[in-house]
Amino acid sequence: MFDQADAVLLARIQFAFTVSFHFIFPAFSIGLASYLAVLEALWLKTGRTVYLTLFKYWLKIFALAFGMGVVSGIVMSYQFGTNWSVFSDKAGPVIGPLMAYEVMTAFFLEAGFLGVMLFGMNRVGRGLHFAATLMVAIGTFISAFWILSANSWMQTPAGFSINEVGQFVPESWLEIIFNPSFPYRLAHTVLAAYLTTALVVGAVGAWHLLRDRRNEAARVMFSMATGLVMVAAPIQIFAGDMHGLNTLEHQPAKVMAMEGHFESHPDGAPLILFGIPDQEAGEVRHQIAIPKASSLILKHDPDAPLDGLETVPREDWPYVPIVFWSFRIMVGLGFLMLALGSFALVQRLRGRLHTSRALHRFALAMGPSGFVAVIAGWVTTEVGRQPFTVYGLLRTAQSASPLEAPAVATSLLIFILVYFIVFGSGTLYILKLMHKAPQTATPDQTRDDETEEHQPVRAAGITPAPAVHAGRAIGSRHGPGTHASPTREER
Amino acid sequence: MTGFFDLPTIWAFVIAFAVFAYVVMDGFDLGLGILFPAFAPGPQRDRVMNSVAPVWDGNETWLVLGGGGLMAAFPLAYAIILPALYAPIIAMLLALIFRGVAFEFRWRDARHRRAWDLAFTAGSIVATLAQGITLGALLQGIAVEGRSYAGGWWDWLTPFSLLVGVSLVIGYALLGATWLVMKTDGVLQLQCRSLAVRLGIATLVCMAAVSVATPFLSGAYYEAWFAWPRVLFTAQVPLLVLICAAAFFHGLRRDHDYTPFLMALALFALGLAGLGVSIFPHVVPQAVTIWEAAAPEASLGFMLVGAAVLIPIILGYTAYAYWVFRGKTGHEGYH
Repeated sequence: MFDQADAVLLARIQFAFTVSFHFIFPAFSIGLASYLAVLEALWLKTGRTVYLTLFKYWLKIFALAFGMGVVSGIVMSYQFGTNWSVFSDKAGPVIGPLMAYEVMTAFFLEAGFLGVMLFGMNRVGRGLHFAATLMVAIGTFISAFWILSANSWMQTPAGFSINEVGQFVPESWLEIIFNPSFPYRLAHTVLAAYLTTALVVGAVGAWHLLRDRRNEAARVMFSMATGLVMVAAPIQIFAGDMHGLNTLEHQPAKVMAMEGHFESHPDGAPLILFGIPDQEAGEVRHQIAIPKASSLILKHDPDAPLDGLETVPREDWPYVPIVFWSFRIMVGLGFLMLALGSFALVQRLRGRLHTSRALHRFALAMGPSGFVAVIAGWVTTEVGRQPFTVYGLLRTAQSASPLEAPAVATSLLIFILVYFIVFGSGTLYILKLMHKAPQTATPDQTRDDETEEHQPVRAAGITPAPAVHAGRAIGSRHGPGTHASPTREER
Repeated sequence: MTGFFDLPTIWAFVIAFAVFAYVVMDGFDLGLGILFPAFAPGPQRDRVMNSVAPVWDGNETWLVLGGGGLMAAFPLAYAIILPALYAPIIAMLLALIFRGVAFEFRWRDARHRRAWDLAFTAGSIVATLAQGITLGALLQGIAVEGRSYAGGWWDWLTPFSLLVGVSLVIGYALLGATWLVMKTDGVLQLQCRSLAVRLGIATLVCMAAVSVATPFLSGAYYEAWFAWPRVLFTAQVPLLVLICAAAFFHGLRRDHDYTPFLMALALFALGLAGLGVSIFPHVVPQAVTIWEAAAPEASLGFMLVGAAVLIPIILGYTAYAYWVFRGKTGHEGYH
């Protein structure tokens, strides 16, 4: 019923599935950790309560996202051995130390200071607490540094030799770590993480502005987030272009797949906007193309020749349709982000940043777009690397564990089931937290929602007298509808 | 290159240290999950959870270092062991997902808190059982051909590996109970003391059973323990176990807060030392030595520079994090 090829395919699906799920969380927490550090710094500098309010609001969301990132990350660190043991044996001497450095310089730092960041506000001084927040933020960065170095090495291997048993032996760690595609990939990915977070924060701000445009915390977060999108989106498009040129130099087949160039174009290649790639026939059907534009983008010369996949042996082709489409999704979303940033800039200049409902709706719709773009970009680069795990040197089919297909199929099914239950619930909890409007917080009030169950729920529509309201524990959690402000009741 | 302090030997000790650090730290918090049903829902459970919530994440990171370190330092061993123990390792990973998210999720969803508490317990039990089975299966030996695993998919499942699995569940529960003796007071502490007495006895019985069974798994183990004059050294292990056990029960009887936990840890350290006596210098017992599995020196040396600098720093700030949350656990949290 199954053969070895099925086992490899199933292992690939399993890896793709688990890593896609995992990647969502670090992509979010890299940006969010920095955002939290900025908020706490602003609070310490200005003393404005609104920054503390926002810090506490996003801290809870961060804790959930970080927890899910950790547990799905542990799976990744063992999956190299369970499903890709031949790869581990051969590439372990190069990849292993990079990941060990990630654990020693990043994971421990994040985990060690996360507890102080989450639970320590009343136990350590403000300065030390801020230091803990900074450590967590720096840890997420260092983690990105190492894991992208490892991934980039698999894409553009350098600084190694191969020994008699077929293992990659490190020759120069500098060349390994700073391999040719690493700087581009690191910049592109970290910018993507920042954009992803900014889009989420912007969407949450927009959601609360649509409900109550006077909510100060919502105004501040919306302003900060759209400001970042405005700056980061164009930089990201530029970084993506640089990354593309680097890929053309080192992994031309990947770019051919992204562009849909099956055929060579000796005097200027067209930019295919849309079309249906046919891998068997080696052509893109129903294409809409701009003549010579691809050469213009990739070579900065409309008449420059570009090779197509026909120059590459067929067994070395990546699967074009996936790469072709995921690339277009990523780029399309990138330009929508640019549009959002520009729209926000215009409204800011007109003084309508907090009142333009069209802008708020647009920002809300764009909330998840960062995740989609990140996954699409990851698919582009990883599927584009196929059929190799170490580009040009170690084939995917020769990297897998000697597993029987039913074993992989069973574990894959269980992974899918567990991930949907666990991360589905987690996403719901995050959305629930986001749905609540940020409430004014104080430094001493850290434990604010356990008390909720012991408090009588106030009937919606009855406004407590201001004195009673002020006398209650500030920052106690108000469920939706129990916070009796006039704007809410109108809804 | 089989000197005593060459790079592969040093790395064997570094990874053994990571495994020990993992057992010391994650052992007790898995133990809390195993014991969770023994505590009343509400403030009691919340307090148990809060006693470890600020540090569990760091504890679990040692498992990542152990796995990552094994891949980096002994890639061949990693490539053989993980496919051989596919089922228990996948089970452990899935179980760790459930228990890890329970730390956050149970506070976010009062209606399903019982369900996430159950996920915490079941996840802790399955993860521990899987770790014990992994250890047992390693000890009993793995079929190797060339550079890969050559056995069947259920080879790991034997009475011996199950014995080790169940023993580890009981042992981690002991660590959890003694941790709570340290971190709580009042009724909860009394309850934990009485749990610790029973679990202490059970742990010693399990240690004895595993110790008796191990030398008979293979002649090599028998040699490692009983060959003359080696036995003069190896006999110290059971002797120290008896001394620690005596101190453990003494500490419990005299209402000491810290002694029981420290002695339970000492028992685990001795158990691991015993394991080391059995398998060294193999990394895949009876099949692959640390020198055969070792990564090239360029890898080992590069990592050692980092490990020598970073591991002390990690231990430093980990100690700081524990120190920040020292003393008896109250009811506060950030949630």
